[in-house]
Amino acid sequence: MEMCQMRVQAFEYKQSLFREGTLDAQFTQLQQLQDESNPDFVAEVVSLFFEDSEKILNDLTRALEQKCIDFKKIDANVHQLKGSSSSVGAQKVKNACITFRNCCEEQNIEGCFTCLQLVKQEYLLVKNKLETLLRMEQQILAAGGAVPMIE
Amino acid sequence: MPMPSCSVSWNSGDAVSDQFPVGLRVLVVDDDPTCLMILEKMLRNCLYQVTKCNRAEIALSLLRERKNCFDIVLSDVHMPDMDGFKLLEHVGLEMDLPVIMMSADDSKNVVMKGVTHGACDYLIKPVRIEALRNIWQHVVRKRKDVWKDFEQSDIIEDGERKQKPSEDTDFSSSANEGNCRNLKRQKEEEDEEEEDRDDTSTLKKPRVVWSVELHQQFVAAVNQLGIDKAVPKKILDLMNVPGLSRENVASHLQLLHNGNNHLWSTHNCSNLVQKYRLYLKRLSAVSPHHSGLNNPFVDSISSLNGLDLQALAATGQLPAQSIATLQAAAALGRPSTKSGISIPFIDQRNLFSFETPRLRFGEGPQPQSINNNKQINLLHGIPTTMEPKQLANLHQSQPRPQILMNAQAMSNGSQSSSLVTHISQPQSRPQILNDANGNHLSSGIRSGGFARNGEVDENVGAAVYNRVCQPSSMVDFSISHKTDFQGNSFPLGNNSGVSTITSKGVLQEEVNLEMKGSRGFTHSYDIFNELHQQRSHDWELGNVGPTFDASRRGNRQGNINVPPSILVQQQRFSSCQNGVVNRNTSIGNSPNLGQLRDTLLMNNPQIVKAEKLPQASFQNTIFPEQFSQEDLMSALLEQHLRVMISVLSLKFRDVIDRSFQMEDTTSWYAKRHTWRVLTAFVGDSGYELEILSLVRLSSSSR
Repeated sequence: MEMCQMRVQAFEYKQSLFREGTLDAQFTQLQQLQDESNPDFVAEVVSLFFEDSEKILNDLTRALEQKCIDFKKIDANVHQLKGSSSSVGAQKVKNACITFRNCCEEQNIEGCFTCLQLVKQEYLLVKNKLETLLRMEQQILAAGGAVPMIE
Repeated sequence: MPMPSCSVSWNSGDAVSDQFPVGLRVLVVDDDPTCLMILEKMLRNCLYQVTKCNRAEIALSLLRERKNCFDIVLSDVHMPDMDGFKLLEHVGLEMDLPVIMMSADDSKNVVMKGVTHGACDYLIKPVRIEALRNIWQHVVRKRKDVWKDFEQSDIIEDGERKQKPSEDTDFSSSANEGNCRNLKRQKEEEDEEEEDRDDTSTLKKPRVVWSVELHQQFVAAVNQLGIDKAVPKKILDLMNVPGLSRENVASHLQLLHNGNNHLWSTHNCSNLVQKYRLYLKRLSAVSPHHSGLNNPFVDSISSLNGLDLQALAATGQLPAQSIATLQAAAALGRPSTKSGISIPFIDQRNLFSFETPRLRFGEGPQPQSINNNKQINLLHGIPTTMEPKQLANLHQSQPRPQILMNAQAMSNGSQSSSLVTHISQPQSRPQILNDANGNHLSSGIRSGGFARNGEVDENVGAAVYNRVCQPSSMVDFSISHKTDFQGNSFPLGNNSGVSTITSKGVLQEEVNLEMKGSRGFTHSYDIFNELHQQRSHDWELGNVGPTFDASRRGNRQGNINVPPSILVQQQRFSSCQNGVVNRNTSIGNSPNLGQLRDTLLMNNPQIVKAEKLPQASFQNTIFPEQFSQEDLMSALLEQHLRVMISVLSLKFRDVIDRSFQMEDTTSWYAKRHTWRVLTAFVGDSGYELEILSLVRLSSSSR
């Protein structure tokens, strides 16, 4: 059945994301929060996350391009990104942020640049994957099915 | 989900409902929109009532506006507009709500910072819903602590009261008084039985019970020696109290010295707060005795005062002199004056001035005349803001050292001036208020005995007034005003709301006057009204206007030279006086009064001549029915609170100043405790705005 197939596909996809560390248990928490009163909760949160992250990444890029780098500000931004990514379960992004913060503490400009690249990369990856996953799940829901959960 | 509404209340006294923690009102603050959204959803899933906010400033104003609409606050640590810890401090101080910090940062020092700043809990992001399900425990815990403090305060109060059993006997309407007192006592006992009794006092346990008198002696000794030279041995010798050991004195002295950094112990704050709250509750419960006056209240007040003073004294927060003053006041307030009021009065005077044994106001003869009316308790407050020299004018004595907290705080010139400045602004308001109330009062004034106006105590900020001749300890304490308490027979409540006119306006004026020589007593009623009506920065002055009891008015000792400025104020007051004035018809007939009256009349044409101040005691017979005792009482208490607040706020300012310079736990605690007391006293009155402005002022003036 198409529904069955869709569900299996979504489930397996999600599982792979968990396995590779792109997503963590927090994402499950998010999904569990979704209910009839908020059927699009996960999608809303995720899009908020995307918006916010992109803003922060832009700020970070700009900050690192400054003549005089304000490490404190960068650290604050990275910290925020770390917080939001951990809240949605974007584990790899969070980890990249942790590394980035270390570079900030050391005031290692080179390191910061590298870290920023890393964070951007991970972000794009997770963005892509989440969008895919959510699309899959949307289709299931649209077709009247239930989203398979990973416990 | 519905937004939290302010109508939802969850008082500490209420029993926890079965539904709890459903409906717990949470305010969540986080600048990260993703986190905020997730948290909100999680909290809603826990069936809490959630308000979300992405900026700390907005959160703070929300909390301030809707004071009782939240049970707990969740806040992120890192926020762009305000540091989470600052918010934490503010909330802890101003609203005393439990605050949980959150952060993706799990480093030990940040967590430690959260804890030391008073966070109830610290959650590491990503926050799981399970962690949020348990946050209600912090709310319960906090309320439990508040009640615990209260219970303990009850115990102390009762103990205090028991120390002065004979004080009530001199009251003319002792029958009523006795009844009322018993009633009150019964209630307290009941309360105590219901609550868990924790016998260990919340105060530092002195090995000796420092009664009011004992403390007064201590203070007198310290003052005589000079605070720098006051060593326990010498103090002990001076006090000459059998059975008192050097160690007792030493530890008591230690309390005094410790006062600088740590304003109030939490318990004392809570004690006082709860005390007042209970007091207010009881007031409404006790039926008014039109004839019996405020006896019950008197008792409560005196006991309250005594307790508070003790508490305050014990913590060493108050300068010795002020404590003495307060206690003196309290003692005066107590009906127990053995041989009439004059004696204790005089004794108090000694304490007050430490230099002159003369009574402050119209000394010698007056007390006696006043004594005729047993009900009159004279309490001379100590001018708070007055520089010592100013007092000299008034009292023909050397500068008084007994400046109450405020005064001391103010004594650093800069402070006083700043206070004065502040004060000056609002002055216009009282005027307006008074005018508005003018109608009310004019009739009241007729009854003469408007001594009240004359009593403006310029020095101070606030004269708290005890309706019942109680020298409310708060009053003295806070304001070092000279407050005369006259017989309690006048219920001060103003039905018309006039009573609530606190001396805000007055205070301010008074403050301005402060530096002028003699001061009269402040007008309590007006003050109340004004305060209520304009909770504004007037208050910041920390001068709580002296509140007076109607009865007090009568006692105005004529020796007060009311400066014209004060009189001007009085005009205002007079307009406010109305009912109060009526009551005071029996203002004392002491010569001083006459003097005062004259001065008053001179300047306040609207004040009806009080020629006929009856010699009779202040009986309630004069009372117009419209003013219930409760009203007066609440007005009085309100005034007390104001005074207290002003005093505290001044002290708080010191603390703030200091703590801003050093970000450490001690100062934070000091700040926090001061805030607690302040806000507790303020309660729902809305005076927190004043406190805040005061805080801002102090921080900006640094």
